[in-house]
Amino acid sequence: MTPEEENQIRARQRGRAIVTGLLLGALVILFYAITIAKISMK
Amino acid sequence: MNSLTQTTPHMMPAHWRDFVALTKPRVMSLAIFTAFCGLAIAPGHIHPVLAFTAVLSIALGAGASGALNQWYEMDVDAAMRRTANRPLPAGRMDRQAALHFGVGLAFFSVILLGLATNWVAAAILALAILFYIIVYTIWLKPRTAQNIVIGGAAGAFPPLIGWAAVTADIAPLPIALFALIFFWTPPHFWALALFVKTDYANAGIPMLPVVAGEQATRRQIWLYTGIMGASALAPVALGLTGVIYGTTAVILTGIFAMFAFQVYRRREIDPALMGPERRLFKFSILYLFLMFVAVVADRWVLA
Repeated sequence: MTPEEENQIRARQRGRAIVTGLLLGALVILFYAITIAKISMK
Repeated sequence: MNSLTQTTPHMMPAHWRDFVALTKPRVMSLAIFTAFCGLAIAPGHIHPVLAFTAVLSIALGAGASGALNQWYEMDVDAAMRRTANRPLPAGRMDRQAALHFGVGLAFFSVILLGLATNWVAAAILALAILFYIIVYTIWLKPRTAQNIVIGGAAGAFPPLIGWAAVTADIAPLPIALFALIFFWTPPHFWALALFVKTDYANAGIPMLPVVAGEQATRRQIWLYTGIMGASALAPVALGLTGVIYGTTAVILTGIFAMFAFQVYRRREIDPALMGPERRLFKFSILYLFLMFVAVVADRWVLA
């Protein structure tokens, strides 16, 4: 594997990690909002 | 080490954008819109957060279907110019990654919908995903020229799921909307198939213009337009909707039928001269959009 290839793989992994992190953060907010909505309906 | 060098493209992790492409975002937009309409016309109240979650779940379910469809059809996609650049046939993604992503997203969407709203809606979503993958993609698409008719059923589920997310049951009106999308799909798709000469034949997919000829396709467009018109007017006849939907349905379906009749009567085979065919295809998209706007407006204004 050349250094360029390795850099490219690292860049891909970093991009995927950032997107996964953002999605997980969004899900935390969503599940919180769902919980509040369910409680307020009772 | 030689084999490792050869598999180098697969060692490269897929770009996150390729996972988005795997969900067929443009197909998803129709599901989002019709699911929202189904949800908006259902009687009863749903918390806005839960409504948003329901539409999100349906969109994710549609995305999962798209991903699993591309996982299964990798070889077919590779044989057609239109689809050869998708992540899998282009070699930008490992095939197993697509399978895992699709199955994971499918389970997640169904569970999310079930937890946020109810399990009736979740069950219909699961049914829609399984139907699209097993009945359409695996079973009927490679076997019959009526494949697009069956595929239309998968696209027709979202308003039914949106409705069920509010009421936890199904009723005549969402079933009529299901029928409208179901019978709208054949004239919509076959109008496109007439003027876009795709290479389905190379990929071994029996599309109607290729298998049965263009004249048969034009006749089928006209035939299905008739059934679609009956579905469009069914809510009016059954008294499920008011004057806004009724007027819109009569006028727009009339225009649709006029355009479809022109296509039926023509014998043009040069795609460059297929103006009426293009017009029917473009109008069909506007038609479905306006019909759903009308049914929502009907419910909201006349409620």
